[in-house]
Amino acid sequence: MKCGIVVFPGSNCDHDVYHVLSHVLGQETTFLWHQETSLEGCELVVLPGGFSYGDYLRAGSMAAHSPIMAAVRRHAEAGGRVLGICNGFQMLLETGLLPGAMRRNRDLRFLSVDVHLRVERDDLLYCSNYRRGDVLRMPIAHAEGNYADTEEALDELERRGQVVFRYVDAAGRLEPVANLNGSERAIAGICNAGGNVLGLMPHPERCAEEMLGNRDGLGLLAGAVAAGGGRVGALAAAGG
Amino acid sequence: MTTPSSAVGEPVVDSVLAADHGLTDEEFGGLCDLLGRSPTWTELGIASALYSEHCSYKSSKIHLRRFPTRSRRVVHGPGENAGVVDVGHGWVAAFKMESHNHPSFIEPYQGAATGVGGILRDVFTMGARPIACLDSLRFGEIDGERGARMRHLVDGVVRGIGDYGNCVGIPTVGGETGFHRSYNGNILVNAFALGVCREDRIFTATASGAGNPILYAGSRTGRDGIHGATMASEAFDSESEAKRPTVQVGDPFTEKVLLEASLEAMRSGVVLGVQDMGAAGLTSSCFEMAARGGAGVELDLDLVPLREASLTPYEIMLSESQERMVFVTQRGQEEAVVEILSRWGLEASRIGQVTDSGRARLTFRGRTVADMPVEPLVDGAPVYDRPAAAPADLQERQQAVACEPPEDPLRALKDLLKTPELGDKTWIHRQYDSTVRSNTIVGPGSDAAVLRLKGTPSALALTSDVNPSYCWLDPRMGGRQAVAEAVRNLATVGAEPVGMTNCLNFGSPENPGIAWQLRECIEGMAEACRAFDVPVISGNVSLYNETEGEAVHPTPTVAIVGVIDRLEDGGTDGDLHLVLGCGFWRPGDRVVLLGSDSGEYGGSAYQRLLHGVEAGRPPAVDLEGESALCALLRQSRRAGWLSGCHDLADGGLLVALAECAMARGIGLRATVDCGPLSLFSEGQARAIATVPASRTEDLLAAAEARGVPAREIGDVGGDRLVLDFDGGAVDSAVADLRRVWTEALPRAVG
Repeated sequence: MKCGIVVFPGSNCDHDVYHVLSHVLGQETTFLWHQETSLEGCELVVLPGGFSYGDYLRAGSMAAHSPIMAAVRRHAEAGGRVLGICNGFQMLLETGLLPGAMRRNRDLRFLSVDVHLRVERDDLLYCSNYRRGDVLRMPIAHAEGNYADTEEALDELERRGQVVFRYVDAAGRLEPVANLNGSERAIAGICNAGGNVLGLMPHPERCAEEMLGNRDGLGLLAGAVAAGGGRVGALAAAGG
Repeated sequence: MTTPSSAVGEPVVDSVLAADHGLTDEEFGGLCDLLGRSPTWTELGIASALYSEHCSYKSSKIHLRRFPTRSRRVVHGPGENAGVVDVGHGWVAAFKMESHNHPSFIEPYQGAATGVGGILRDVFTMGARPIACLDSLRFGEIDGERGARMRHLVDGVVRGIGDYGNCVGIPTVGGETGFHRSYNGNILVNAFALGVCREDRIFTATASGAGNPILYAGSRTGRDGIHGATMASEAFDSESEAKRPTVQVGDPFTEKVLLEASLEAMRSGVVLGVQDMGAAGLTSSCFEMAARGGAGVELDLDLVPLREASLTPYEIMLSESQERMVFVTQRGQEEAVVEILSRWGLEASRIGQVTDSGRARLTFRGRTVADMPVEPLVDGAPVYDRPAAAPADLQERQQAVACEPPEDPLRALKDLLKTPELGDKTWIHRQYDSTVRSNTIVGPGSDAAVLRLKGTPSALALTSDVNPSYCWLDPRMGGRQAVAEAVRNLATVGAEPVGMTNCLNFGSPENPGIAWQLRECIEGMAEACRAFDVPVISGNVSLYNETEGEAVHPTPTVAIVGVIDRLEDGGTDGDLHLVLGCGFWRPGDRVVLLGSDSGEYGGSAYQRLLHGVEAGRPPAVDLEGESALCALLRQSRRAGWLSGCHDLADGGLLVALAECAMARGIGLRATVDCGPLSLFSEGQARAIATVPASRTEDLLAAAEARGVPAREIGDVGGDRLVLDFDGGAVDSAVADLRRVWTEALPRAVG
């Protein structure tokens, strides 16, 4: 599958995602410059982690207005796959392709630590290598990952099954101490109603090789490039 | 050519003004002789920066010559922005460590942040992509009311390092943090960066080829950091607070785009030389580039991009505004570089050209403001052989104080684990991104960090070490020990040391006692470097770390990089065990103690932290014994015998065993034939190895062959740490120890 990784000034996980998609998963992978207006036929678009524009205004807010984002939006609205990781997730919130917003972490400090995630949906293409209830270990590295929205919007998100990953303890239990950044309802990753746009704060690309001691993230990226567009639509039906 | 002149309103330069700039009468006289006239105001500023301790190494140069700097792997030794070593498979590593002590004490957040920024630029200026940082930090007492300012400094420094490195996207994979009252008035912030590149892609900071254009790139020049290099070369006094404006302000986003743009420009083929603007800004970058190329430069200061139009030539030349670079390109090719930079949103302007005059000629508004010979100012800076003599109280310091055995060794262990010094440092590490770039096999909190080198079967290991108490008690032994411990830490992960950098933090060299410490530490380090065959490829000297006459403990921070040739050799049963760090993880593994105890307590954590005694001789470093132990550890790692390994350092055997147990909450049951005091001895050349029972014989036989004492002392397993010793036992739930250990730092910085 042709994959495109958008490079914004300040992106710093672009090479890491490239490495996994290209060298580990053997996909045709290219970088897309933020000032371009075409996705060059990429079927999977990744908005990588980093500090686009230094996150100086608000994480992801300036990148959301880059020229390429119009093409990303069209791609997403046409059912194309868009994966936002960390800063990329923040951009998806800023563009409105996913609902909600990020606040500073609860203790106002940057958090670089391994966390446990519970897989809440396995009928998504991205999660096709996991089962519902699986507990994954992945690193987080962010200062603004404290997911927030109104109570009504969160209820709606839950009702439509758009919560894909939650922070849990190693045994898969929802515990306040496991939700380090303080996200509402321990939300670590969500998708859009169509299930084709996924955003998450943890970094699957940093835990996709045995050599690094953890391969829990490989399944997610493998799912993102898996054939079988049919399943992407499944969520819309499920979510009603 | 017009003779340079001061402008209307600029002070007339005389020896009094020169003294205000830190120049001695002799230095000022020498400068006048060199120029054949009195310097202009701008020239005085330039000379004071180039003659500062920070830029000229005038007090340390004579000692630094003691370091071995060559090996078959060294590509560039000291003198470039960063040293470069061959790490195999067509790759080279560039690394360096640098201090940002003075600015961090005045303004901790920006001081530490710009320290990281500066060291990253030093590395990517060489054409190498930075892949890891380490930070070696020393703070004063943080307890109680007295520690309030220190807690503010800890918080600011950690945030500053984190915010900068995290944004640029370079993982901070290790380092060390110590606390001692000698840093109450002068904290130390030593930042290390490592980069890698293909061996044929290395660049140097050289200006050559008359007529070739000089490009200025990156942030505009402002008034921040003027005289930073000079400030870093002075002791502190009560006026230091007024120096806050001399601290630079960092912009990590600009650094990140400058990094990408610079690497891209260097790949374009039209760049001949690159230099960042660090200490002493445009002055040092232009003079040093020209000196390396045996060339001259002509700069039109009207073309330098400014934040405000009113900057004077003096300010332009001495500003330490961050995130700025100088490129020399082939004539007529500068547009290609400008285009790359502007694609990344960066400004670039041609500010002058290389000449063959051997002089730096600066013009501003049609007037020549400086015209100085380059080489004599850079390489001919004064060199001092300062009087050195052992401090008068040395004998008193070295008088051993009898060390009482602990009544309750478990209590002593817990008391040690709850000090900020030996407590868990996770509170710091987790504010630093340690996994970005997806190379981190072993991150912070282990003996040595390990990073894979993508595209090769190899990995790089890195560590930083120094024990300031040892150095204070016996600088030569302390210098040796710092190198030995770093080499040992690398050996625990199976890495062969390939190069060293250092940051020599001392008080005023004008004090003979301090000059002696500096000389002795360097001598001890150099002895160890020769014994382990580790060349020194870069480094930094930070002197005048003192406030109102109180100097810091001598702190020669050592960082060594090692190579693991074939990562896959590091596992047993087909697994890669390195990734598990130094803690116990597999119940049933045998625990083997390597090395023998020599019962040494001078400068030990036990005496210092529990009894308030800092006296006696520090542990002796037997370089042959260390070499044998390190060779054994590397052999054992390569052979895949070890499931884990941890060296014995601060706190001794019991602390090391507890650290292994606390890592994953897995305990051990072991027996040693020594008394309770020995559990806290800091005798050197020792390590704990864990091995599957089937490999014990291999390890013991190899140890015997190398003459390394080795004894099986017990088994990994359970959730308690149980250690029988002569006349008693330590028995504790690992979870209890862990609680004490993990709460130590958050409580202290609270």
